[in-house]
Amino acid sequence: MLDLIWLLPTFPLLGFLILALAEGKLAKGPAGWIGAGSIGLSFVVAALVAVSFLQSGLESHTVPIWMWMSVAGFDPGINLYLDGLSLVMILVITGVGFLIHVYSTGYMADDPDFSRFFCYMNLFVFAMLLLVLGDNLLLLYLGWEGVGLCSYLLIGFWYDDPYNGYAARKAFVVTRVGDTAMAIGLFLLFAQLGTLNIQDMLHAAEAEWAVGSALPAITALLLLGGAVGKSAQLPLQTWLPDAMAGPTPISALIHAATMVTAGVYLIARTHTLFELAPNVQLLVAWVGLITLLMAGFTAMTQNDIKRILAYSTVSQIGYMFLGLGVGAWSGAIFHLMTHAFFKALLFLGAGAVILSLHHEQDIFRMGAKRKQLPVGFLCFLIGGLALTAFPYTSGYFSKDEILIAALEVEGQGLWLWLGGVIGAFFTGIYTFRLFFVVFFGESRGHHDAKEVKGLNIALPLFILMALSLFGGWIPVPLDAVFSHGAEHEEHHISAFMHGVMIALPLFGIAISYLFYGSGILSAEKLMSLPGSRALHRFWNSGWGMDRLYDFLFVNPFLYLARVNAKDIIDAFYDMLAALSRAGHLLIVRTQTGYLRWYVLSMAAGLVALISVGVLL
Amino acid sequence: MGAIPVEHGLILAGILFSLGLIGVLTRRNIVFVLMSLEVMLNACGLAFIVAGSRWEQADGQIMFVLILTLAAAEVAVGLGLIIQMYRRFQTVDINVLSELKG
Repeated sequence: MLDLIWLLPTFPLLGFLILALAEGKLAKGPAGWIGAGSIGLSFVVAALVAVSFLQSGLESHTVPIWMWMSVAGFDPGINLYLDGLSLVMILVITGVGFLIHVYSTGYMADDPDFSRFFCYMNLFVFAMLLLVLGDNLLLLYLGWEGVGLCSYLLIGFWYDDPYNGYAARKAFVVTRVGDTAMAIGLFLLFAQLGTLNIQDMLHAAEAEWAVGSALPAITALLLLGGAVGKSAQLPLQTWLPDAMAGPTPISALIHAATMVTAGVYLIARTHTLFELAPNVQLLVAWVGLITLLMAGFTAMTQNDIKRILAYSTVSQIGYMFLGLGVGAWSGAIFHLMTHAFFKALLFLGAGAVILSLHHEQDIFRMGAKRKQLPVGFLCFLIGGLALTAFPYTSGYFSKDEILIAALEVEGQGLWLWLGGVIGAFFTGIYTFRLFFVVFFGESRGHHDAKEVKGLNIALPLFILMALSLFGGWIPVPLDAVFSHGAEHEEHHISAFMHGVMIALPLFGIAISYLFYGSGILSAEKLMSLPGSRALHRFWNSGWGMDRLYDFLFVNPFLYLARVNAKDIIDAFYDMLAALSRAGHLLIVRTQTGYLRWYVLSMAAGLVALISVGVLL
Repeated sequence: MGAIPVEHGLILAGILFSLGLIGVLTRRNIVFVLMSLEVMLNACGLAFIVAGSRWEQADGQIMFVLILTLAAAEVAVGLGLIIQMYRRFQTVDINVLSELKG
């Protein structure tokens, strides 16, 4: 049964090929069946593989498919590697992916490019599965770039609007910065350890490199560069909010549930390397912490429903990085899984709301929609509770695990924990600000909104609701993967600390209620305080990161491009052309058309020649 | 025979040649240009004769006969062209024919 893993990426690939070769000539019915069905089949295979893997009790299982290349000791194969970590990932990708595909058949039903959409989606799932199943870093990198490409294609899916194309290019270029660092990291790893096979490489690194030495630190830093690019962490987080230009199911699948968590997967996969470089690992924690706080501030000031969720995604991935940084490997992956559930739910719910309100995305033009959109209301209630780690929802368990692990870090543990808890407080505020503004208060537009109907939209939402509520009880088989790291021990934490962790998000919800639910406090009054408007603008712009990068990189580049618009190299050749043209113009003036001038020049030439002949 | 110094002959040829050249350069009527060309050709012929007599060789006279035929042919062709030109442009002014100008 385990050898059937090769079927897993094959179905999406087939789906992609069929849809691509049909060139959009398929009717929407068959195209939807192929697009969603291929992922469904993959999910069935993934479930069967999971059952037999867990029953077999194996730690890992490799299925060689074929040799990719073999040159002078460099022989990466196309081998699929299954262990607890990749098992969790494939279940999330195919499971959540399947639900989102089914949802998309309803969401995209009116789109003329229906089959192109599913074509890209299938290609994405294929690449993502390669990413998590590859047994060597080169195959992982292939999937890594593949998902980047699909992300680009899908953000710019509605390419008629130049803004979407801009957002797609921005996402592509910004992640490329990280990818370049990662590629250099791969070169360095291969040059130093002679293999790209992940397990061999990790064993070799453990055997050859001392803890805290320079080489593991450099390679871990380079891999971290790739991870922050893909996972939209500081300093490369600017692309994710703009990536919301794509269709909403894309935001759910690629920019919340799967692709953006690839960086988390990468670090978890190469965690041995990070354990060899404790300083870099601590850096991971701080990157995560700072990102989650910054994104939390920004999320509180946004008005676009999708951008709020995008910043919340950045913030939640920050939690995963925090978890990775403090050594809570399985906590981070667990949070990845639960986040995939509730963030997919929130995005799909947002999609349903947006579709019901005729593509309205500004939350302040909604209001009091709980009667008109009961399903959307339920989505946001459950998803929001899970996101704010309400006790016994899925997010509660995973965030708990990360924060408790953060507290146990020596030295800076308390700071990391405190930052994480404050972040959770912000999560409560921005999530329920969105919730109260959209569903309570008075209606500020779209009074006649009707909820979109259709089982293919409602069913995935209900399944995701169940997963968001009860996903915390799903056991993740990660102990075998991370066991040689920190011993798994029972966490001890004082009741007071635990109380704070539970209470602060609830406190955040309460503040949101006071401002936006009941109207006892008013945001306008807060805004009239001196300086608050500037602060709002600063946070709203994502801490001015876009402007900073425009100033540091984009504008200098544009300036140089403008200066060099007439290529300097070309100028040399242009000069040659100008010289010969000038010579031509000079000589052309002798061609007057008057016979006597020709005669004169002949005579003069003759005289000159003869004089030269006589004189010499 | 009272010998004419060779210098005299050559100077005369040079003067004739220069006169012809000046005529070619300054005349606007193409018939006169053609006539000036004849003068130049004959100046050349005179130079050959003088040189032939100076070195007592027959070559000079042979060259003169050659130039004479050449001049006759040239006049025939030239006059033909002049007639064509006159028919086409109703003028014999060579300045009008400056259409080759670049």
